[in-house]
Amino acid sequence: MDAFRLIVQAQSDYIRCIDDDRLEEWPDHFHGPCKYIVTSAANYREGLEAGLIFANSRGMLQDRVSALREANIYERQSYRHILGQPAILSQQGAEVRTETPFIVARILQDGDTDLFATGRYLDLYRLEDDKAKLEERIVVCDSSRIDTLLALPL
Amino acid sequence: MEASAAPPRSRDTSPKAWPAGGLTRVPYRVFQKDETYEREQARIFQGPLWHYLCMEIEIPAGGDFRTTKVGETPVVVSRDYDGEIYAFENRCAHRGALICLDTHGKGRKDFSCVYHAWTYDTKGNLIGVAFKDGVKGKGGMPETFRMQDHNPRKLRVASVNGLVFGSFSEEVPPIEEYLGEEILTRIDRVLGRRKPVVIGRYTQVLPNNWKLYMENVKDSYHASILHLFFTTFELNRLSQKGAIIVDASGGHHVSYSAIDREAAKSEEYAKQQLRSESEYKLADPSLLQGFDEYDDGVTLQILSVFPTFVLQQIQNAIAVRQIVPRAVESTDLNWTYIGFADDTPEQRLVRLKQANLVGPAGYISMEDGCVGGFVQRGIAGAEDEEAVLEMGGALAESSESRVTEASVRGFWKAYRAHMGL
Repeated sequence: MDAFRLIVQAQSDYIRCIDDDRLEEWPDHFHGPCKYIVTSAANYREGLEAGLIFANSRGMLQDRVSALREANIYERQSYRHILGQPAILSQQGAEVRTETPFIVARILQDGDTDLFATGRYLDLYRLEDDKAKLEERIVVCDSSRIDTLLALPL
Repeated sequence: MEASAAPPRSRDTSPKAWPAGGLTRVPYRVFQKDETYEREQARIFQGPLWHYLCMEIEIPAGGDFRTTKVGETPVVVSRDYDGEIYAFENRCAHRGALICLDTHGKGRKDFSCVYHAWTYDTKGNLIGVAFKDGVKGKGGMPETFRMQDHNPRKLRVASVNGLVFGSFSEEVPPIEEYLGEEILTRIDRVLGRRKPVVIGRYTQVLPNNWKLYMENVKDSYHASILHLFFTTFELNRLSQKGAIIVDASGGHHVSYSAIDREAAKSEEYAKQQLRSESEYKLADPSLLQGFDEYDDGVTLQILSVFPTFVLQQIQNAIAVRQIVPRAVESTDLNWTYIGFADDTPEQRLVRLKQANLVGPAGYISMEDGCVGGFVQRGIAGAEDEEAVLEMGGALAESSESRVTEASVRGFWKAYRAHMGL
């Protein structure tokens, strides 16, 4: 399959994993350096490195999930991710960089549904074994304002 | 139509009396009422107190500026070409529009209101009025109009270790006196002798009154109960000793914990004897492998300045937090994450990793974003009921135990003094 279709498949698997509350599988969507950063457009533009979430190993992704499951206190909630089409920014050998817009609605236990975040995924994939393997995802939220808290990953 | 026979009831605008019980009782209505909120804007946010504005390093050169808020009031903080920092209301002296629409910028020669182009210098002085002398001898401002009589209100400005504070009041004491030695020393401990750099900024929108967040910051009692991250992953150390400091006004506090070197030795011994009970371990423990940058073993220092400023050191995660009320039940918590110019790449990476502990997605601070909302929702309809603050007694004094609400009582002591309640 071509890169575009492989990447779309990987991205739809990723968001279904989160939206279906299968967070334990979420770290498996990352490969190699497992870089995952959630930041804002303003921080990204100004080159400010500190993220809302920062991970550079699979272990850090797993710790995020165990903390959410075992330690952190937050109201029961779920997300619905809607992704746009990935734009392929560059392709060098097996490495493909893409930018994909997203919107995320957050549904709280009382049924309140709000537009929680909009932004873009800046992704690096490695095409291998007929799969697009996500090595790096920088989640650039359009706004730096986060309502109440960011628990589940974007 | 007939006028009502009954005389109009005079509206009682004086606040209700505080309940008995000294500092150990807080009536829930103070988190709920427009009257309280309005009184706070006048007495606290425009009153004789210092309010955090920004960091000096955010406006390093002449013409640099940031916009912020003191309570609800929009403020421009600007570095003039004389090198000094000035702050003035972001309100045109003409018809009240914002003077500056940008959050920050560089190289400004002046600020010009978009509505009628009234123009201000970087100190906040009115220096130009469009069509002041009219056009072809017609129109224009009267002869008696003097630009120097029409300025946005200016704030007094003072800096402490690169933190810029401002006050609308002429009566505010000097900042060193306002903070006192104990607080100054501990700000200097975190920020002194090094050049800070901003490494990230976020805003957490809290669904609660601003005072519920400040109570939370000052509440050393809740830390190990609400925040289970350290406990779950067995990262708490028995060998930690800590204390809280409450200043004489009650309004400022420091809570800290440090490694007790003697106890650490016996803990090491115990570790060899006992297997860990917890089934949870961090898969990547490098999150907490930091460095002792202060050379004093203090791993946590939370410091607050009344009414709405927090300086935080949690291991190597350094941040300032500015609390801005937006409405009775809505508050902005502005996080500015700090590093230092002389950080090595390895040290900077530690800060990026430990930023996971704090902020809107922080392992040990995300809960603080929702717990105020739980209180706000819980107290609905209970305006005549009261919170109980008796843990650790009834006073607002420094304590060697952190199982106390002394600094929360201190907040209310300072609050009531300023509010006249």
